[in-house]
Amino acid sequence: MTFDAAMYQFLLRMGDNTLILGHRVSEWCGHAPVLEEDIALANTALDLIGQTQMWLGLAAEIEDKGQSADDLAFLRDAWDFRNLLLCEIPNEDFGRTLMRQFLFDTWHSIQLGHLTKSSDERVAAIAAKASKEAAYHLERSADTVVGLGDGTEESHNRMQAALDYLWPYVGEMFQSDDVDVVLAKAGVAPDPASLREEYDAVLLRVLSEATLTIPDSRFAHKGGRSGAMHTEHLGHLLTQMQWLQRAYPGCQW
Amino acid sequence: MSEMTSQPSIAQIWDWLDAVPDPEIPVISLVDLGVIRDVAWADTTLVVTVTPTYSGCPATAVINLDIETALRDHGISDLQLKTQIAPPWTTDWLSEKGKAKLEGYGIAPPQPSGGPQRCPQCGSKNVSKVSQFGSTPCKAHWRCGDCLEPFDYFKCI
Repeated sequence: MTFDAAMYQFLLRMGDNTLILGHRVSEWCGHAPVLEEDIALANTALDLIGQTQMWLGLAAEIEDKGQSADDLAFLRDAWDFRNLLLCEIPNEDFGRTLMRQFLFDTWHSIQLGHLTKSSDERVAAIAAKASKEAAYHLERSADTVVGLGDGTEESHNRMQAALDYLWPYVGEMFQSDDVDVVLAKAGVAPDPASLREEYDAVLLRVLSEATLTIPDSRFAHKGGRSGAMHTEHLGHLLTQMQWLQRAYPGCQW
Repeated sequence: MSEMTSQPSIAQIWDWLDAVPDPEIPVISLVDLGVIRDVAWADTTLVVTVTPTYSGCPATAVINLDIETALRDHGISDLQLKTQIAPPWTTDWLSEKGKAKLEGYGIAPPQPSGGPQRCPQCGSKNVSKVSQFGSTPCKAHWRCGDCLEPFDYFKCI
């Protein structure tokens, strides 16, 4: 695999994570339990979509086929997406949404921290910008997970159910492939597997405080970041997100 | 030659930019906000370097448009806007004048401690956080326990 091909895949992975999760979170707009949470979710989504513009913008530049970040976001089909399966899982209830956010934010914040030291200065610059936002997201999602986990019997049960449901989607974050080997060797990005220890430490601390039990299994669904197989949910998400550009190609406003 | 001598000075341009209000918080200028990182003449082209606040902030496009409009109104037609993301924007770049104006307007300025120093309405230190996010990406939502007013706090990043 050439360096540019690996870079392109890596940038799609970063940008597709934030794009797909950002879209999922934005689905709460106008539906959250209280106004403050509605605003918080919308702002989180906005940060994620903003980061997408930087990652996919750089991906398009490296691809060098005259595409823009918007083209990559709106004109690719499900099999071209490289996001973690976790990001495309439907929101379900507020508890699952916040648990998904916490599981992602923890990884995202650790990953971006390492990327600020990337040997590629364009990657380091985007990471420096995004890591400040991710740290803020993590602060909020961790607080909310503790509040709801160590809350009422109802909220505790829902958070435990959310953790049990989402847990098999965590392992994919740490699976390395050829792309990762090329980039780790070049000092562009860390080997995903190397982040697991740091990740588990944060999870253990927060989830213990939240009185939640981490499932005793390392089984991992995979296929999102490699593009081999997404869940059935991604296609449904894309029909909404891409509808306008599909129905009215090139439409601007 | 005459064109070169008619070029406005860099100090003059900073003054003009300091009169361009932030689109979301019009009480402070874009210079107060710290998003304008550099102003320089490259031969006959004026290059203005702008660093966005938050990645997804919708005001970013408006900010660029406002800079362009203001400078064109002052007769500068050869203009280039450069976006620079590193080093990332920080609230340390807010000017002291800007922080004072924010507080006067009812927005608590950022504090390294991570929360507002006092209520921007009544000055009470009895304040509590309502939500980590507020009306724009750069603000959080707080309230005062004494005058009971809710207020925005400019997040410290």
